[in-house]
Amino acid sequence: MTDDPTPEPFDEAEYRRRQRSRANLMAWILGGLALLFFLITMARMVR
Amino acid sequence: MAQSLTHGEMTLPADWRDLFALTKPRVMSLVVFTALCGLLAAPGHVHPVLGFSSILAITLGAGASGALNQWYEAALDAKMKRTASRPLPAGRLAPQAALHFGVGLAAFSVFLMLFAANWQAAALLTISILFYVFVYTMWLKPRTPQNIVIGGAAGAFPPLIGWVAATGSIAPLPIMLFLLIFLWTPPHFWALALFVRSDYAAAGIPMMPVVAGEQSTRRQILFYALIMAAAAIAPWPLGYTGALYGWAATLLSALFLLLSVRVGLRQTDAGDTMQPEKRLFGYSVAYLFLIFTAVVIDHMWAL
Repeated sequence: MTDDPTPEPFDEAEYRRRQRSRANLMAWILGGLALLFFLITMARMVR
Repeated sequence: MAQSLTHGEMTLPADWRDLFALTKPRVMSLVVFTALCGLLAAPGHVHPVLGFSSILAITLGAGASGALNQWYEAALDAKMKRTASRPLPAGRLAPQAALHFGVGLAAFSVFLMLFAANWQAAALLTISILFYVFVYTMWLKPRTPQNIVIGGAAGAFPPLIGWVAATGSIAPLPIMLFLLIFLWTPPHFWALALFVRSDYAAAGIPMMPVVAGEQSTRRQILFYALIMAAAAIAPWPLGYTGALYGWAATLLSALFLLLSVRVGLRQTDAGDTMQPEKRLFGYSVAYLFLIFTAVVIDHMWAL
């Protein structure tokens, strides 16, 4: 478990890469959810 | 978002692939499919956006359940070959990150269901998540060999939730589909447990082959396969489906029974490769996909 993580030298590049990939993914997810909630609202209005 | 592995004073953010793996994507595919079939087999028309959103909510709810299950069982997973490489036991993700991810995803899935469908479906989704996490994972699984018999109810909810999301009410057919998955679960999991028995024994999980022995498990696989087959065919004579489903269920269940008989009446020696058990496990997954496909085609055919 993580109580005793494998000791590895801290990798700045890996840190930035993960941060960037998560930020990109989060942007896509939030954009997608905004669109989905808009479409749900429209669908409920015409139902 | 939560962070994970600590390296001195700095921390590495959890990789999104590990968060995705936490949701048990392979288990989720069966959940999504049966939920979709429940929704498509329901009477009336569902707006495609609302139908999609309901299925997405069920998918996220199942993913949340998987994440919370892995969070709770991280120490057990570390003891089993099959699960030791999961993100938590492998140390790629911090337990707190997994817990936050699971709880957040569960809450969001219920909110999405409430917004896209109705409170009845949202309530059922909540019950299924709570049942899987608290009743199955925390209470039954470490205590009794009947864990997957009763816990099977958690996996049986999706078609019922799909139907209720479409109609707002419960009917006999989705209850029968619930019963079908409920009765399918023991032979499916016990076939797996027979060939990964040593893994479960090492982790101290009281699965049926570990507690009651191999022969007893084999007999029970046969017993459950028999009543599952009866439950699978029952909607046809009771008039809830047409002949198309009836014949498909009869043929598919006959093959399930045949494979179960081979497993049920067999005795093994040390070093056995457990081919009949592996075959039954593999077919049981295909069986569920095919029988739910038959429910939908039968419904479309009748329109």
